[in-house]
Amino acid sequence: MIRALLSALALVAALAPAPAHAVRPDEMLADPGLEARAREVGRELRCLVCRNQSIDDSDADLAHDLRVLVRERIKGGDSNDQVVAYVRSRYGDFVLLRPPFELGTLLLWGGPLLILLLGGVAIARFYRARDDVAAPPLSAEERRRLAAVLGEGTER
Amino acid sequence: MNKRGWIFLIPAAVFGLLAAGFYAGLGIDPNVLPSPLIDHPAPRFALPPLQGEAQGFSSADLKGHVSLVNAFASWCAPCRAEHPVLNALAHTGRVPTFGIDYKDKEELARAWIAELGNPYTRIGADDGRVGIDWGVYGVPETFIVDKDGRIRYKHVGPLTEADVERTIMPLVARLER
Amino acid sequence: MIDEIGHFALVLALCIAVLQAVVPLVGAARNDAALMGWARPAALAQFLFVAIAFFALMHAYAVSDFSLANVAANSSSMKPLLYKLTGVWSNHEGSMLLWVFILALFGAAVALFSHNLPPALRARVLAVQAMIGVGFLLFILLTSNPFLRLWPTPAEGAGLNPILEDRGLAFHPPCLYLGYVGFSISFCFAIAALIEGRVDPAWARWVRPWTLAAWCALTIGIAMGSWWSYYTLGWGGWWFWDPVENASFMPWLVGTALLHSAVVVEKREALKTWTILLAIITFSLSLLGTFLVRSGVLTSVHAFASDPMRGVFILLLLSFYTGGALILFAWRAPQLAGGGLFAPISREGALVLNNLLLATAAATVFIGTLYPLLLDVVAHQKVSVGPPFYTMTFVPIMIPLLVAMAVGPMVPWKRGDLLAAFGRLKFAFLATAAAALVTLAATGARSLGAACGLALAAWLLAATLTEIAERVHLFREPLPAVLRRALSLPRAGWGMFFAHAGMAVVIAGITGSTAWTEERIVSGRPGQSFEIAGYTIALDRVSEVAGPDYTAARADMRLMRSGREIAAMHPEKRFYPVENGAATGVAIHTNLLADVYAVIGDPDGTGAYTLRLYYNPLVPWIWLGAAAMALGGLVSLTDRRHRIGAPVRRRRGAVAARVQAAE
Repeated sequence: MIRALLSALALVAALAPAPAHAVRPDEMLADPGLEARAREVGRELRCLVCRNQSIDDSDADLAHDLRVLVRERIKGGDSNDQVVAYVRSRYGDFVLLRPPFELGTLLLWGGPLLILLLGGVAIARFYRARDDVAAPPLSAEERRRLAAVLGEGTER
Repeated sequence: MNKRGWIFLIPAAVFGLLAAGFYAGLGIDPNVLPSPLIDHPAPRFALPPLQGEAQGFSSADLKGHVSLVNAFASWCAPCRAEHPVLNALAHTGRVPTFGIDYKDKEELARAWIAELGNPYTRIGADDGRVGIDWGVYGVPETFIVDKDGRIRYKHVGPLTEADVERTIMPLVARLER
Repeated sequence: MIDEIGHFALVLALCIAVLQAVVPLVGAARNDAALMGWARPAALAQFLFVAIAFFALMHAYAVSDFSLANVAANSSSMKPLLYKLTGVWSNHEGSMLLWVFILALFGAAVALFSHNLPPALRARVLAVQAMIGVGFLLFILLTSNPFLRLWPTPAEGAGLNPILEDRGLAFHPPCLYLGYVGFSISFCFAIAALIEGRVDPAWARWVRPWTLAAWCALTIGIAMGSWWSYYTLGWGGWWFWDPVENASFMPWLVGTALLHSAVVVEKREALKTWTILLAIITFSLSLLGTFLVRSGVLTSVHAFASDPMRGVFILLLLSFYTGGALILFAWRAPQLAGGGLFAPISREGALVLNNLLLATAAATVFIGTLYPLLLDVVAHQKVSVGPPFYTMTFVPIMIPLLVAMAVGPMVPWKRGDLLAAFGRLKFAFLATAAAALVTLAATGARSLGAACGLALAAWLLAATLTEIAERVHLFREPLPAVLRRALSLPRAGWGMFFAHAGMAVVIAGITGSTAWTEERIVSGRPGQSFEIAGYTIALDRVSEVAGPDYTAARADMRLMRSGREIAAMHPEKRFYPVENGAATGVAIHTNLLADVYAVIGDPDGTGAYTLRLYYNPLVPWIWLGAAAMALGGLVSLTDRRHRIGAPVRRRRGAVAARVQAAE
């Protein structure tokens, strides 16, 4: 259920195949559909010798090797998930730019929603506390004056 | 502090935890990645030899005994720094070291070996694909493979004598039993 | 000699900062005017000496004085003068000196422009400011001293990273630091208020201009950095959620929340505690950014050479300032009197919602940036958090915020009616529906996300226009009256207009660039032509050119449409011998609606070159929108209300004089 919801969000967010600034013409697959899939996979894989780039955006040799590998496996019939799993089994979770959904990353994926809810609760309590502040009770003199004023109003 | 007051301590408490985390984090090297292949069988591969050599390096060479597998390249400066350590280790004859020449030019690799010495029982020339199967993302990296061909340990970066003495040799001894 | 003077000036500045940190605080506690009076001259003197040190370093770079280790490591005599000068802040030590320079600059500005501040408040603010200065001056002198000598003096320096040799990037750090460090003033005001035990509407009015100034600078700084990434490649795109990018984005998000929250303090005397907390957090995030970049805990393209020793020092500074501030907060904040009431559905309520969403957004970026580090510390597990995470968590928080940004200004203060507000937004509803339908019709059903993005942008822009149109009585009064109203509107009103409209433009730009970018990667030879997005790009020639410190392969390209030549484009691939590095000179042609973007890559040995051609629609709007937002902030800054006190006093004095003269 959560997976489906998050996938839907991902669909909205992934508006188009992103430009890849290091892919070389000789690497690209002839079939544009397969090449687009290779770009999708490339966007999920981190270049491990670079600082914060995907394999599609890095000029490093390792990135080049991985791009070629990804395209080979896609041409060979692997699905996107299978290609990612292939690379992940060799390099570990760190190669994924999208952190996995597991117990260890519960606070990561759930954190934003948790904070939003906590904040919402705090705000609700803030408003309710305001409402609960009663006005101090009127003294007998004040009550008589109030009655007199109200009485004047209705007489006129 | 009144009942309402404790809530104001939360930011300070959260920050305290974070600061402790940062302090601990200072000791971690963000560039050393753990290998998911630990305790898994080594990948199957067959690498061609360097030009002029007779035999390359394949997964069959790893069966039956504890081995070290070292990924290196002539273009890698830290590899040069760790080479004397590998030479010394080979000299003791305790454990065979196999070399993966990673994304290198053959003539340069041969010249490098000729200049610095050859601690390797076998060397295989790799264009990078076998390195990917081993999870190599930089050189030098060194793996310890046990008698059944399982990867048991990975060392990222150049080996020092201290590393060999404190980590590598004790593990090798344990695996040989 | 000048280097020695600079070094000595830095030490003097430290001494003055120590005095400035202690004496005015004692004076404020004892209500001793003489002691409090130390604050202003001390702040000015501190600035003077830090400026001497800073310009001494700049001078060393200008004359290529390689006897300074810092200059030798980061500059070379072949550099053009501009990059010699801006090379001052291209490295850790020099940029730290820039940091304290701007810190001292803000301190001096507070000293000069705070006639209407009560002396005790000013004394405390400047004292806390000096405390921060002491910490960072010590850090520089003890661990990151740019004035250390190198012997023997090398004949040539190691040079600047070629990718940094760029006009746009040269000014990105100063702008960014003006933002980061500017928030220290808000922090100082917050601490001063906690020490005094009082937050009144006047406090909010005093804090606003400084927060606005810092926010403007940070907006420009972030936009500049993003624009630079875009046209320099290497990063791929204009935002990658890199930890250091995030480190500048978090203070921006929280700073925006602070600006809005301070409005409620001013109007209703409510949300005091929360606003104080925000002011502390904003600057703490700036400090956190400093820590992340310079300590080596995170992998980032941006990080300076990591040094754990420096990391420990900065962590100590962070713990002292942020930890100390938060402990002071825990102790004193409960005593801050609660404020005025307002209904949940009201302008104040909308600002509370704004704060909730911005704080959650900032927390999201915070969690994403720091999770890998903290998980590693706690569980020895390594994960990486990249753009896919942020796209899935940050974007869904922004969407309700953008919707609320349109509705908020339509709701009256204290108590409002949501249906009435929506009623005033009829034009905005129409614009949203039109934008969505036109987008879907023009580009097909698969671009649902793009339609949403443009619809949101249209919604916000139309609502902002509606709001200002209502205020100037557009279409309800003749034009001259409308213009008169427009000119006499409080500047803060125009400020909000430009800022919110700018945001709408940025959203449109982001949508366009994400949804409709076209790309062609080809292997091209001179004489060939390539088609992209209705344009034709002809590659005429590739030649070798030489720059002051590089050689380059330069392509001569012609951009044409329907046979007509529009522009010449000259992408370059440069090689810098001193640094043994390469950089790309991207060629961009823009018509402000879209960019055509050409890059030349490596030759393949047979006379062909890798060419990357992109068509990026609406991308210029990202930076135009950001500029509009900064303009909004600047316009707000010039609002009359921020200059309270002095004019009234003068007028009273003039009236009194006239009365006396008449008697």
